[in-house]
Amino acid sequence: MSTLMVLVIVIAIGAAGYFIGRQRAAAKAGGNIKPHSLPHYHGWWVFLAATLPAVLFIAIWTAGTGIYLERSAIAELPTRTADTVIASQSLELGMVSGIARGLDKLSDAERASLPQTFAELRPLLASKGVALATEGQDYMIPIAVEWNRNTSRASNIGGFVAIALALAGAIFGLSGVHVRARARNNVERVILGALIAASGIAILTTIGIILSMLFQTITFFQSVSPSTFFFGTVWDPRFAAAGSGGSQGQFGLIPLLAGTLYIALVAMLFAVPVGLFAAIYMAEYASRSVRSVVKPMLEVLAGIPTIVYGFFALVTVGPFLRDLSAALSGGYAFIQAQSVLTAGIVMGVMLIPFVSSLSDDIITAVPGSLRDGSLGLGSTKSETIRRVVLPAALPGIVGALLLTASRAIGETMIVVLAAGVAANLNINPFEAMTTITVKIVNQLTGDLEFNSPQTLVAFALGLTLFFITLAMNIFALYIVRKYREQYE
Amino acid sequence: MTDIALNPAAPASARPARRDIGLKRRYAAERRFKLYGITAIAIGIFFLLALLFSVFSNGYTAFWQTEVRLAINLDPKIIDPDNKRASDPNVLLTANYPILARNALAEKLGVPTTDKPAMRELGKLFSEGVRGQLRELVAGNPSLIGTTQDVWVLTGADIDSAFKGQIDLGVDQERRKVSDRQVEWMNKLKSEGAMAQRFNTGLFTYGASSRPETSGLGVALIGSLYMMLIVLCLSLPIGVAASIYLEEYAKKSRLTDIIEVNINNLAAVPSIVFGLLGLAVFINFFHMPRSASLVGGLVLTLMTLPTIIIATRAALRAVPPSIRAAALGVGASKTQMVFHHVLPLAAPGILTGTIIGLAHALGETAPLLLIGMVAFVANNPVTPLDPSTALPVQIYMWANEAERAFVERTSGAIIVLLIFLAVMNITAIILRRRFERRW
Repeated sequence: MSTLMVLVIVIAIGAAGYFIGRQRAAAKAGGNIKPHSLPHYHGWWVFLAATLPAVLFIAIWTAGTGIYLERSAIAELPTRTADTVIASQSLELGMVSGIARGLDKLSDAERASLPQTFAELRPLLASKGVALATEGQDYMIPIAVEWNRNTSRASNIGGFVAIALALAGAIFGLSGVHVRARARNNVERVILGALIAASGIAILTTIGIILSMLFQTITFFQSVSPSTFFFGTVWDPRFAAAGSGGSQGQFGLIPLLAGTLYIALVAMLFAVPVGLFAAIYMAEYASRSVRSVVKPMLEVLAGIPTIVYGFFALVTVGPFLRDLSAALSGGYAFIQAQSVLTAGIVMGVMLIPFVSSLSDDIITAVPGSLRDGSLGLGSTKSETIRRVVLPAALPGIVGALLLTASRAIGETMIVVLAAGVAANLNINPFEAMTTITVKIVNQLTGDLEFNSPQTLVAFALGLTLFFITLAMNIFALYIVRKYREQYE
Repeated sequence: MTDIALNPAAPASARPARRDIGLKRRYAAERRFKLYGITAIAIGIFFLLALLFSVFSNGYTAFWQTEVRLAINLDPKIIDPDNKRASDPNVLLTANYPILARNALAEKLGVPTTDKPAMRELGKLFSEGVRGQLRELVAGNPSLIGTTQDVWVLTGADIDSAFKGQIDLGVDQERRKVSDRQVEWMNKLKSEGAMAQRFNTGLFTYGASSRPETSGLGVALIGSLYMMLIVLCLSLPIGVAASIYLEEYAKKSRLTDIIEVNINNLAAVPSIVFGLLGLAVFINFFHMPRSASLVGGLVLTLMTLPTIIIATRAALRAVPPSIRAAALGVGASKTQMVFHHVLPLAAPGILTGTIIGLAHALGETAPLLLIGMVAFVANNPVTPLDPSTALPVQIYMWANEAERAFVERTSGAIIVLLIFLAVMNITAIILRRRFERRW
């Protein structure tokens, strides 16, 4: 019995329960006692009583048997010796499950006359569309057969229990249909539970992010010490050929962190003045009609995907800066096409709308009475803005800038395409540097063995990135809350 | 002081001397300050226009592709030299179709087929994609063998660039990718009307390919569509449910405070971190398939959830309390009040927020790179579990290709992406204008 079929049966039982329950409730409502709930609430309660436990059971059973089957298959695998062909147990297991999947597609007749060696089995499975690696071993075939048998047995048992649960739930629900039964309250309690569960997903996501990265990071730190990671100044993760046991390479965070902060700094140096002055002009000077045209135009910049900015940097800005520098110096292009400057400027363009719209909101939130007071005392408009409005808006603006900076640090696609991949430590903005995000992408694209330090380092980098941006966000929140002036 | 100088007629003693408050300097500062603002806005708009111009000027030509019309003789002697096609269907699949196209072209241009170097250059005039095109034609209808068919065939990427005028034909022929002879043929075909630019449907239907002219967005469009469906089906109900709980039910407590801070923080977490989460949890722990749009959809769901929750909460908060009081007053339960009255009134706001969240998800690239969607997928995915790519990932992959024709295609793909985003955002704006209520 497949899980999908069991689910369909369970839902069908629930649907039947809904109609019977509704009908029963409606039939009982005729008397002189006022019913507590509308008939459809009784129906829904029967439906929930039938399906909810059964579906939960299916979920737990499927996950549980999956783990159990894997364990028992591992137990049956021969003990690993030095001359085992396959590099790791997880690969072995993957191969067994591949064979099991393939065997599933065979017809009964083919299964009865199953070839006993892998060499014969492989072409047979390939003809069914299951391609297997060549390293399969003969001993895997009986394990796979056993696996399939256990799987079908487990899913049969689980299916029967689930259907029995659904029937029992439906009978329980139907037996509770009385005129005064509080069906609506029951249903509403379930709804509330679902709502709480939904808002719990946000917390689960955070926990998931932290835990998943933490575990991989700890594994990484078992092969590379934290001090060489955090204080190392050389980034050179040698991709050692599998099994060669060569040197592991060096995983120094410092060049990546320096590149990240440098590019973010250039971006902020570009975006903050432009965004801030644009916001001031739009909030204080621009007429309504100008504002209604300019504000959406700047916000379009925020809606453009970052990959487009990256392409813009790669194809237009980078070559332009390179040619410009070549023209200025008479031949020698001292600005490289992929450089801190290119990435910084383009990222700055991306950040303009963030700075401007956040600051715009904050500046317009400063009450008009402050402006009127200052103007009434004879100051010019720009003096009012510089000496009265901006100081009043400062905490909010600093918060906004911190949020923007955290976005600059976490930005990926622009730097992947425009900043280069060389992990240099230099202060020349015309040369290429690389960032944490670029290296995460580099380490994790392509086919890699998951448990090597070369891939695990990406999680350590990700965790570092997560905590840097988290700290900036919390700091921004703190500043805004602490120094905010309340004008009411 | 200037005032006095301007009015020499007025007796100096009649007015008290004006105190010098540096008005000239201050007004100059005022003008400067205003100029800074205008400059800032101009810079922003300049970069917006430069970006759009760069993309559109590079990319609009990608929607047309040069094709050449050939009268191809489907010669049975070449397709099926041993005359076995009745017994062996593989013959039709493995036949040497490019030879047919080459011969047809040679005949048209009057080049003898014995001239080997000329034939080699001639063979580069049309794309290798002709193999698949003719194979489909013949395998679909074997009775065509022996007849002569008029077929539009894709030209090679270099010929396409030359035809569109993107290759400078003034430079020496050694230094460009099309030879003088090829240009001559090209012009001849053009004057005969046999070579022309036609609308590039392949851009929307082909999968990945190493040749620019036969690579397209087909797989990416399907992958993105699946992901958007998954994001919509998951993040809308979950996001709305979470916001309803936080906004309508939750009492102010430590836990709800934590959830709130959490959601705000999640909205600011770099998107690439969600990719790491997806890799570690969905692929490594739950053993979901790599490169599948299901995993991409789940990752993007987690990423969009905070956006949707924040928008939904704002929409729920905008519904005035009097509605709630009235519903409760006539005897509705709290759940009935929320689902029958508050939620329908907040629906336009929720929808707008959802569309904007979806638009963000559609343009997101970084997390998808980590879960293996940077894959060379030539066949259209059938289910969300099949390997596929996404629109922005396809752009990233093409951006890394060096060939001139890929730059054109990348820009074309960006135009497609931007059009999708523009449509979504405009829909959101229209919805907001149309249904927004002021209480």
